[in-house]
Amino acid sequence: MPSPRYWREVPNRYRLEGAKCADCGKVTFPARHVCPDCRSANMEAMALSRSGKVVTSTVVRTPPDDLLMESPYAVAVVETPEGARLMVQVADCDPEEVLPGMEVSLEFRLIRKEGHGGIRCYGHKAVPVV
Amino acid sequence: MRDVAIVGAGMTRFGELWESSLRDLFVEAAVEALTSAGADHLDDLYVGNMSGGQFVGQEHLAPLMADHLGMAGIPATRVESACASGGAALRLGYMSVASGMSDVAMVAGVEKMTDGADVTNVLATAADQENEVYHGITFPGLYAMIARAHMAKYGTTDEDLAWVSVKSHHHGSMNAKAQFHREVTVEEVMSSTMVADPLTLLECSPVSDGAAAVILVPLDQAKKYTDRPVRIRGVGQATSAMALADRRDPAALDAVAKAAERAYKATGLAPKDIDVAEVHDCFAIAEIACIEAVGFACEGEGKDAARSGMTALGGKIPVNTSGGLKSKGHPVGASGVAQAIEIFEQLRGEAGERQVEGAHTGLTQNMGGSGASSLVHIFERV
Repeated sequence: MPSPRYWREVPNRYRLEGAKCADCGKVTFPARHVCPDCRSANMEAMALSRSGKVVTSTVVRTPPDDLLMESPYAVAVVETPEGARLMVQVADCDPEEVLPGMEVSLEFRLIRKEGHGGIRCYGHKAVPVV
Repeated sequence: MRDVAIVGAGMTRFGELWESSLRDLFVEAAVEALTSAGADHLDDLYVGNMSGGQFVGQEHLAPLMADHLGMAGIPATRVESACASGGAALRLGYMSVASGMSDVAMVAGVEKMTDGADVTNVLATAADQENEVYHGITFPGLYAMIARAHMAKYGTTDEDLAWVSVKSHHHGSMNAKAQFHREVTVEEVMSSTMVADPLTLLECSPVSDGAAAVILVPLDQAKKYTDRPVRIRGVGQATSAMALADRRDPAALDAVAKAAERAYKATGLAPKDIDVAEVHDCFAIAEIACIEAVGFACEGEGKDAARSGMTALGGKIPVNTSGGLKSKGHPVGASGVAQAIEIFEQLRGEAGERQVEGAHTGLTQNMGGSGASSLVHIFERV
């Protein structure tokens, strides 16, 4: 991923920043310019809580080439207390134990290394709350 | 708007076709379609293709294909909507003829997937790159999450999923052009390699090469080409949130439901009027969610349809008599057009062993990505 493309995503990947619609209250992640529910353009930046609950999940056993060494890994849609949903990997556990309803925290992690130089790309992963 | 009919069709075998290039596949299907209709020219050409650029490094397919068909000069357009590219091309061809802009249009779909590309990666470009693919999700993974949501909400089981593949392979065993002709058992499906939990290998459509093409003309000119035209009664197209996380309900395919609703509204028909259908079963869970979305089963009840025989040949509403994407194969850009060809043959009474007796009205449902785009076409015997 060319660096400007990566850099543009820093607010959501580093700071878990979404947006809240000032008109209808919808929370999106990442931030959007236009509210998907009411089309208002009054979207205000809002950092999400670093916690949530698994809505649905899977274990990826045939990964893309870039993540061959990581497989198998769990991926889940997680809903935060603000009502935002995001797709993240779930780490530090047996991937088969990640099921809908699981409580997780969201932690800043290395997501992947890209290109010949192995540029380190960060973001958030979920970790089960024990 | 003029009424539009399909008067000819051509299709390659689907499978790992090492001897054929992207253009070879197109030309084979296109020539067969022209010959079957007895058409000597085209006023318009639409080519559905998801990713020639990534699969074989070839973009700009419209002039390439027109040229290799010996028709350089005609208007031609390549259409992309991921795995719904073929269906989207069909809608544009329909509009071209219905509007009066052309009298003979070809709609084709083509994909060459086995020339060495990292197919998992290429297909994943139909998902949200920044917010889904970045985190390592794959297409089987996305549908696996839809499956798990469906299981959590409706009690759908691994066995329910397996029955869909058993039915698809049974139908595909009767289709000479299908990639797989082998019947499978519930036990085989459930014990095959896990790809993305809960989906096993035999619940995933294969990587395929193939092409399909149809010829569209105004209904009132159709008898010049064939005694048995098939009318396109109407079409619905819709979109939904791109990312699974942004959907109202990850167990539901809202774009499919909306596309179906529009197609029913355009035709004045209802699910009960459909005699045979092809739906987008890229994964076993997709067939279950799609038959719910198009109204063949109530919400949450699609899981029982394959096991009970409701959607099998001889059942109340036979679905994917061709073998579906699962058994017939899924050259992504071609699938939407191939679905229309199965219905064309069914409504003409040409489906051989797979024939649905007395089929009068048929439906195709094609979708892209994890369901963010969808098309529903309804066809009728004339």
